[in-house]
Amino acid sequence: MTLNFRWGGERRINRSWQVDVLLFLLLGLFGAFMVIPLIYVINNAFKPLDELFLFPPTLFVRNPTFNNFPDLFHLMAKSWVPFSRYIFNTVFITLAGTVGHVLLASAAAYPLAKYKFIGSGTLFSIVVLSLMFSPQVTAIPNYMTMSWLGWIDTYWAVIVPAFAFPLGLYLMKQFIEQIPIALIESAKIDGASEYRVFWKIVMPLVKPAWFTLIILLFQMLWATDGGNFIYSEELKTMHYAMGQIILGGIARAGVAAAVALLLMIVPMVLFIITQSQIIQTMATSGMKE
Amino acid sequence: MRHSDALPTMVNEPSRQRGIGAKSKPGKLKSTMIRLKNDKHLYVLMAPYMVLFFLFTVLPVVLSVLISFTYFNMLEFPRWAGWSNYTRLLLDDDVFLIALKNTIIFAVITGPISYIACFVFAWLINELRPKARALMTLVFYGPSISGNIYFIWQIMFSGDSYGIVNGFLMRFGFINEPILWFQNPQYTLGIIIVVQLWLSLGTSFLAFIAGLQTVDKTLFEAGAMDGIRNRWQELWYITLPSMRPQLMFGAVIQITSSLAVAEVAMNLAGFPSVQYSAHTVVTHLIDYGTLRFEMGYASAIATVLFIIMLGTNLIVQKLLSKVGE
Repeated sequence: MTLNFRWGGERRINRSWQVDVLLFLLLGLFGAFMVIPLIYVINNAFKPLDELFLFPPTLFVRNPTFNNFPDLFHLMAKSWVPFSRYIFNTVFITLAGTVGHVLLASAAAYPLAKYKFIGSGTLFSIVVLSLMFSPQVTAIPNYMTMSWLGWIDTYWAVIVPAFAFPLGLYLMKQFIEQIPIALIESAKIDGASEYRVFWKIVMPLVKPAWFTLIILLFQMLWATDGGNFIYSEELKTMHYAMGQIILGGIARAGVAAAVALLLMIVPMVLFIITQSQIIQTMATSGMKE
Repeated sequence: MRHSDALPTMVNEPSRQRGIGAKSKPGKLKSTMIRLKNDKHLYVLMAPYMVLFFLFTVLPVVLSVLISFTYFNMLEFPRWAGWSNYTRLLLDDDVFLIALKNTIIFAVITGPISYIACFVFAWLINELRPKARALMTLVFYGPSISGNIYFIWQIMFSGDSYGIVNGFLMRFGFINEPILWFQNPQYTLGIIIVVQLWLSLGTSFLAFIAGLQTVDKTLFEAGAMDGIRNRWQELWYITLPSMRPQLMFGAVIQITSSLAVAEVAMNLAGFPSVQYSAHTVVTHLIDYGTLRFEMGYASAIATVLFIIMLGTNLIVQKLLSKVGE
């Protein structure tokens, strides 16, 4: 009767173990669907070339090898942009975009969350509306803006728009709202300026929200291929390089798998480290009518 | 009190909101100026973000609408074209109608399914203990965070017998010949929907997981005493109503992304895809905007897309806000 399927539940009201078993089988089944492609990517990266073309194909690696990684650098050393350059570009775009976004979005979120001033309601409504359409809508005018600014074929065309990513501001504002007003007021009575309050009181309190913005921006920028903005080979990103390697065909399958693993593993590890903080932030993500 | 008089208006404090204006009763313009001046630090804090936000998100929507009424090829100055782009798009462009049909099919299937999946899986995961919960969150969120590696599906569905799906089906005798998955319009739409669903447990899924953890636990005990007998009643009468704000937020995210299908379709099914079987409004936009440089026409497509997205979102928000009232 006390089949402890949920590993000792704290809350057993209205739960029957039969339905538990059924639902968790369902969860396991779909979990497998989600995770098999990821496991496949990880295993492929360690497969020697002959194993990548076995029939019937295998999911798991039999004789793991690390050769695909040195091969990657050898292969790309021959091309005129070394692979390390693609890595640098991706890392630079990701870090610059993420840091800038966290700072700018937090600074804008604090007044919107805690004060009522002329335009505050309208501004936030516009931000919410902007969650309701995707960036493709604005792609064409943005291309023109970029060429007018002279940012075509520079990192900035990818980095600067990321600063003003709407979802980050939205989540940060919702999170700052639940900071007790008393903390801010008491700092003000001690004579702190608005900027000081933001930097010394609000920012340290919203650390969980930083991580959420970081992970959102990180996953977006880490996966960028430079869009239509970057043409020069030496400014292209890792994701673009992976596409080129895959086009290289069968002989490069092992190398392609190695790049795929690099692309996948970094945001994932970041998420594993920050998961609990992110969940804390998302609890305040709700939309009020 | 000297300091607090100089404070800008705080939310939740109606007494102070009236403070300055009530005391001196200046003209409307003057009081506006005083308020703007008092709040100047707030505007300074917001300025960097808002300037970029208006430059890259708000202004482009306006520009897009304006350009859609012109003929513009990026080289010559735009020429006024009236409604011609729209009449051509809606009446003469058969490919756009295919794209629109595909987009609607994608959205109608992936939108609701992914939304429900986000909630159901979050709900099941929430019943696990913390360690297992963290692991399963990673498993379900993993695909959407893993840096666009959906191309792995291309390898899994690759048309020769090395593709893991063909290999599996052949080994167990379902088929004798490998299937060319992406060359056959019959399969492309289905595979893209599967991959899109695989990728769709993103931000809303996390919001639901978080929302479920904040539902007041004592409500369940109180509910049990009031006659709630099983988990389904509990879900319907307690959990869902307490999560309404997260559910609204999740709906916006899922609707927007389900209408924006393009990248997966282009990468898996090719661009253009066989018989336009994976052509969507966004790929049509990319076609005219980045390959043919017909910016006026592409802007008309973007404007139609904008109206579809915003319209769907606002209607669904209205409907959801009525649920349980």
